[in-house]
Amino acid sequence: MEIEISKVDEIIEKHGLEPRWLITNLLAIQDEFHYLPRDAMRYVAKRMNVPLIQVNQVAEFYKVFKLEPPGKHLVSVCRGTACHVRGGEKVVERMGDLLEIAPGGTTKDEQFTLDVVNCLGCCALGRVIVVDDHFYVNVAPNEVEDILNKYRRNGG
Amino acid sequence: MADGNSIAESKIEKWREETLAAQDTSRPRITVCGGTVCLALASGEVAAALEQALEQGGMHASVEMKTTGCPGLCDQGPLVTIYPQGIFYTKVKPEDGSEIVSKTVKNGEIIERLLYQDPLTGEKIIRETDVPFYKEQTRILLKDSGLIDPRKIEDYIAVGGYKGLERALAEMTPEQIIDQIKRSGLRGRGGGGFPTGVKWELCRNAPGDPKYIICNADEGNPGCFQDRGVIESNPHSILEGMIIGAYAIGASEGFVYIRHEYPLSVELIRHAVVQAREHGLLGENILGSGFNFNIEITLGAGAYVCGEETALMASIEGRVGEPRARPPYPVESGLWGKPTTINNVKTWAWIPHILNNSADWFAQIGTEKSKGTTIFSLVGNIKQPGLVEIPMGVTLRHLIEHIGGGAPNGKKLIAAQTGGPSGGCIPESLWDLPVDYDSLREAGSIMGSGGMIIMDEGICMVEMARYFLDFSKYEACGKCSACREGVRRMYEILDYITRGLGQEGDIELLEELGQAVKIGSFCGLGQTAPNPVLSTIRYFREQYDAHILDKNCPAGVCKDLIKFDAVLE
Repeated sequence: MEIEISKVDEIIEKHGLEPRWLITNLLAIQDEFHYLPRDAMRYVAKRMNVPLIQVNQVAEFYKVFKLEPPGKHLVSVCRGTACHVRGGEKVVERMGDLLEIAPGGTTKDEQFTLDVVNCLGCCALGRVIVVDDHFYVNVAPNEVEDILNKYRRNGG
Repeated sequence: MADGNSIAESKIEKWREETLAAQDTSRPRITVCGGTVCLALASGEVAAALEQALEQGGMHASVEMKTTGCPGLCDQGPLVTIYPQGIFYTKVKPEDGSEIVSKTVKNGEIIERLLYQDPLTGEKIIRETDVPFYKEQTRILLKDSGLIDPRKIEDYIAVGGYKGLERALAEMTPEQIIDQIKRSGLRGRGGGGFPTGVKWELCRNAPGDPKYIICNADEGNPGCFQDRGVIESNPHSILEGMIIGAYAIGASEGFVYIRHEYPLSVELIRHAVVQAREHGLLGENILGSGFNFNIEITLGAGAYVCGEETALMASIEGRVGEPRARPPYPVESGLWGKPTTINNVKTWAWIPHILNNSADWFAQIGTEKSKGTTIFSLVGNIKQPGLVEIPMGVTLRHLIEHIGGGAPNGKKLIAAQTGGPSGGCIPESLWDLPVDYDSLREAGSIMGSGGMIIMDEGICMVEMARYFLDFSKYEACGKCSACREGVRRMYEILDYITRGLGQEGDIELLEELGQAVKIGSFCGLGQTAPNPVLSTIRYFREQYDAHILDKNCPAGVCKDLIKFDAVLE
């Protein structure tokens, strides 16, 4: 995928060029492109004068970074402790079964990327699913399909 | 102790008086909770519906609308309170908006169905201040949550905000502040429990310039949201604490390291920093004192290990968040090798309270060695989950059975888990223990940052241990082999046990490995990762035996071990 380097440049300029801004810059780049394109990482290394291997290390170490383009909708299923003791594992399983992908994967039709996350801080209402910043709380396993269908129907 | 009245010309007091004068307290007011959970439950739509109803009723100018932060009664949201009466509505839907305005706001009429129902007695409660869940608490850090708009610095000023800072800068030397914090007995609220004043003093006296301070807002422990609660309800209290701390320590720059998984918290703390800067509370020559200090917001990127202080600092420096050996401790050699003080969100938020009241005031709350209050995220199998602020020393039983209302569905409660993946499960038989740093440690758990997950008899303790080890295995940074390999092997043994493949001797092997990982690991993550296993073996050994010897999961959780007759039931 071709990316606009000018956009990357704009982001880096906005935050700063010192190495301490590396993670902030990568987060902002991911916000723009929804993942970290290879070309953007190379440009960041050059522009910030940070070894490319350090950029790669950081991108691989921190779990938020995606190195492949995600699907149209990002589905995050919480498996924090509060969700877990309230049967969250069944929701995680159901989501995986319906999407037929493992956590971190993207469906073949590129509609959904599945993330299983540790805690979203909504523990009083566990089991929690977040789709594209929209929260679903107290989700029962048999409600998972309805949630997905909303996004499938919306041009999914 | 310094007295605010003796400041020749108090800018903050003047600002407070002006703010209060501009407020018409007789004017009816509607507050809507805008915390993460209430927003998830459509509180934004509720607020919009209320606004629209006010407009249609021609009351837009006469009624004040306010969006507040999270008071911690998350499962009842969206929360709406109508003042001056303080009528408290829960689980409000947008379609309730016009009825609330026409009945309650206009005529003071109460809408029965929206009232909070006490889960213990079934009684309907009318006023927010009468809700037993709140009444039983000692709310100091959470005092103003639900009252002030976290986006408005004036709201914080109106409740006495930044007075402690002004007093500190105008009347106290850094040494006096450190002395006051030391005398208060405040210990770090991130879980470690190190005396805060001592940490500050070590950092102040350490050679090196510049010095830095950090607010650890990387609330990565699963099952915790008390830091989120404080940030979302009163972000300026954290900033005020940090500015006072920076002055006492002699730091010129501060960082708030906050997890990106909390977008609302990030937005609010960023906004608060901008406001503080605009009003001369951050930047050059703060309040005319000659003291310069700035705060930057740095985002975490989803790495649990970055809650560990040396890993956190590596992350701020833009590197992979791997911990390093201590000593040297951050107070001597921290960010970029300079003396650095790291404190948790709640530790910083305590500072203004201690300065405004006194060291003695703080020291009289709590127990001999654990002072003040603590906030728990009380969640799991519990009737009334939410944020609970209680004095240290209250028993677990009081917290769980009285404030939280006990079991939600008649099942027997068997354990309370504190400290997340670093902590342990405290069995019901020990719930008469007081909540403090030392008692919980003796019981094989830790205070932690404030997560408390209640478990009933439907929870399999072996599976819980497996769950936590799975977490630690996934989050281990991979730097040291004791943690990287040891935690993984422990996980595998637990995984086998839960699948019916456990062997005699597995428990002893887990205990031996657990000790090795505790001793051999580099940082807190590895040193504490075996705790969930060791504590469940200590208190629920019969469950391990049942899995290993009888190939039976007493709780009926482990799928491979569910007996055929159980399936038929």
